[in-house]
Amino acid sequence: MKYAIEMRNVSKRFTTAAGTEVVAVDNVTLEILDGEFFSLLGPSGCGKTTSLRMIAGFELPTAGEIYIHGKPMDATPPNKRPVNTVFQNYALFPHMTIGQNVAFGLEMERLPRAEITRRVGEALELVRLSGYENRKPHQLSGGQQQRVALARALVKRPEVLLLDEPLGALDLKLRKEMQLELKKLQREVGITFVYVTHDQEEALTMSDRIAVMNGGRVLQVGTAAEIYERPVNRFVADFIGETNFLKGTVVMATDEPDRYLVRLEGGAMLMASCEHPLQPGQQVVVAIRPEKMHLNGSRRFGPYADNHVHIPGRVQEIVYIGTDTHYDVALEAGPIVRVREQNSGVFSPRLALLGEAVSVSFDAAVARILVD
Amino acid sequence: MAAEFVSTGSRRRGFWLMLPSLLWMLGLLIIPLGLVLVVSFGRRDTDGNVIYTFTLDNYLRLIGFSRTYPCGSTPPPCFDPLYLTILWRSIVLGLQTTLLTILIGYPLAYFIARAPASRRNVYLFLVLVPLWTNFVIRLYAWIIILRTQGVLNTVLGWLAGLVNLPFQPLEMLYTPGAVLLGMVYEFLPFMILPIYTSLEKINPSLYEAAADLGANTWRTLWRVIIPLSMPGIVAGTILVFVPVMGTFIVSDILGGRQVILVGNLIQRQFLDARDPAFGSAASIILMVLTLAITLYYTRRFGFGEEITSA
Amino acid sequence: MKHRRPFWLYLIVVLVYIFLYAPILVLIIYSFNASRVNVRFEGIVNIEPCGPFYWFCQLSRNHEVINAARNSLIIASISTLGSTVIGTMAALALQRYEFPLKRFSEGALYIPIVIPELVMGIGILVLFTTVFRAINTALDLQGNARLGMGLGTVIVSHIAFSIPFVALVVRARLHGFDRAIEEAARDLGATEWITFWRITLPNIAPGVLAGALLAFTLSLDDFVITFFTTGPGATTLPIYVYGLLRRTITPEVNALSTIWILLVFLLLVVIQRVQGQQR
Repeated sequence: MKYAIEMRNVSKRFTTAAGTEVVAVDNVTLEILDGEFFSLLGPSGCGKTTSLRMIAGFELPTAGEIYIHGKPMDATPPNKRPVNTVFQNYALFPHMTIGQNVAFGLEMERLPRAEITRRVGEALELVRLSGYENRKPHQLSGGQQQRVALARALVKRPEVLLLDEPLGALDLKLRKEMQLELKKLQREVGITFVYVTHDQEEALTMSDRIAVMNGGRVLQVGTAAEIYERPVNRFVADFIGETNFLKGTVVMATDEPDRYLVRLEGGAMLMASCEHPLQPGQQVVVAIRPEKMHLNGSRRFGPYADNHVHIPGRVQEIVYIGTDTHYDVALEAGPIVRVREQNSGVFSPRLALLGEAVSVSFDAAVARILVD
Repeated sequence: MAAEFVSTGSRRRGFWLMLPSLLWMLGLLIIPLGLVLVVSFGRRDTDGNVIYTFTLDNYLRLIGFSRTYPCGSTPPPCFDPLYLTILWRSIVLGLQTTLLTILIGYPLAYFIARAPASRRNVYLFLVLVPLWTNFVIRLYAWIIILRTQGVLNTVLGWLAGLVNLPFQPLEMLYTPGAVLLGMVYEFLPFMILPIYTSLEKINPSLYEAAADLGANTWRTLWRVIIPLSMPGIVAGTILVFVPVMGTFIVSDILGGRQVILVGNLIQRQFLDARDPAFGSAASIILMVLTLAITLYYTRRFGFGEEITSA
Repeated sequence: MKHRRPFWLYLIVVLVYIFLYAPILVLIIYSFNASRVNVRFEGIVNIEPCGPFYWFCQLSRNHEVINAARNSLIIASISTLGSTVIGTMAALALQRYEFPLKRFSEGALYIPIVIPELVMGIGILVLFTTVFRAINTALDLQGNARLGMGLGTVIVSHIAFSIPFVALVVRARLHGFDRAIEEAARDLGATEWITFWRITLPNIAPGVLAGALLAFTLSLDDFVITFFTTGPGATTLPIYVYGLLRRTITPEVNALSTIWILLVFLLLVVIQRVQGQQR
């Protein structure tokens, strides 16, 4: 079977206490491949958690179908689905020891005692918590509790592991460690991971593919690079990483497919690509990542030097953050853009002074035309 | 996010879970109260049985207008404020008890709430212990203390002897004062617990903030602490006032036959006087009175979760 | 957080505690009284074979007391069991489900708290007498077969006034309950039934236990409702003591009270310890 999980036109509507209807998930179609690390990424309330809960069986779709390894789930209760969940706040059973927590799922399968003991031991070893069997959850640190939740779900050998913001409650340093650990674990066990997060960096770091969601809809599905480099709309570009948006007007389509000539506010012209068909005169937004912009021609452009754009402006703010220096430049046409220069040299001098008139330049090939 | 656990037929399940309680409340609370209401419009026959009819005589008699019973030597119809006096006395006693329990209970609740966390449970425990010893037994203890040759008079006599004062034992038992004392004693913990619960919730930094803003202890208490503990006082008032209004053994035991409250009146109609119709009317009046006062009070100040803590 | 509390506050606190405990101390001391009429304390009783515990020995030979104690325990145990199960079910229903008559049910549960117990007692008395009379007449029952007040009526009534308290206490506990752990159990393969017994119940157990304890003490302590629903052979300890108070009081009553107080105290200490260990 090719897909671990398929969602076909799935919608979920709730009726609130006030009687109004809320669409939490709106006609979502997703295909998650077997063995991949798949993330559902979006701001809170975008429907990602509801989607995960529908896969787990805690909620039933109002419309549409969910298949797990090709089998339609319909109203299958959570205990009969071949998936397991790692909960946001771990949801460890507070009245049971760590060993009992991990053993619970196996007891439900009525496995022989000896096998349960062996597998619980293996699972705890996998998450490096051997010897903690007799502790109670509240005696463990947040990171340890997190790993118990992981062991408890993995010990069931599920076909798919669902993770609902599993690192949300951890501090930054621990979160970074756990990200790598989770990724490594996923490669070792080879199980499909469906990972819900609102942290774009986390999603980029760990995922094979990401679905960006907003307002109950899936906006874009792709690898980290695809989503970062080729966002399909303004929301995705804005939500993933930092982006400068420049307003412009379509002048004409070029001979090349999907490439258009655009006039930016302030008069600069550039050629950039867009998957949507555009009409001359149409208002568009051009998105350029800060690290792809440069000051005063600080970077030499390659063979397409003729296609680079220079826009005059004035430095408003300089922030040194170690690896990079940010320059916020107010363009003459009005908008403020951020330029990120890497401090890669032994001694990285400032490229401009505060208030200095500069020119911001970029290769038009890195710009994306977005319609909305 | 509305996280509703999926379970089919959850409406039906909720109803089934509730059903036993509903049946119990219906059978032993709502139907009985309805019956009392029906009986209150009835009449007694010469054997003390209820004749079901519709007459307001029982209610009229309660507010003084007797149509079938003589008032002392005056033949009916006549006016006799006896029952009004009893009702009034009960309300006054209820209010006095409530006020006294607040005055005595508040400082203790405050003290416990401000004590170090490790000691609070012990102090609370000490308030609870008398509550769990039997109600009737506690009243009996007060007989031993209050009677003419009792503990209190002995102690007072001994003290008077120390300073060579003549001492005449005080008549304390079987007085209205004894009944009030008994009521306060029996219901004090019900005032302390909810007040403590609401005081304990107050963030300690509020005391510091008030002091920081220049308020002295009294002003802090008056302007900050008491308003914040109002839910506790309301809950305590309900927990004290309602049972005081309906208690008949305290007056029975500590008041002898001297202090008759509405509770005693009702009890006698069902046992000695054998006039259930009149007793039912008095019960309805008592219930309406307490409900009205409780409702007014909760509407006015809100109904805190404090009431559950006791 | 050092706050100097004023001297007068300590004074009031000490006086209130003395007020709370003086009667209890007096009761205990008088259970060793040498005087039979028990009006004055005339020294410690010392009659062989029990010495100072004479009144306790007398008590143990008193069948009425033993019967009353047994009745109290039977009534309290059965009504606690009943009201705990029913009250917990109600708490679950009210906290977790929407269903017809929900508002009404919630209101009905508050009634016993806001109306005087006396009114409820009168109501139950009127109900039982009316119903029993109707049945006895209709079926023409005679002698022992006639329905009347007794242990059964007392137990049923005690369950009625305990249910709301159990429901309130359990509901408070359910309020802070993290339902994710129930979902986790379902996710790990447990059915709803197993989830309830293995996850939900153990976690609300302290609340259920507290509710049961409350029901037990309310039942043991109850005078008013019992007074109106009891019948021949169903005398409880409070009713028995009340009866004694209207006759002569011997130090036996004090001995009974002393035992009662000690038992309650021990029970409470044990509970506190158990709860302390759970934390």
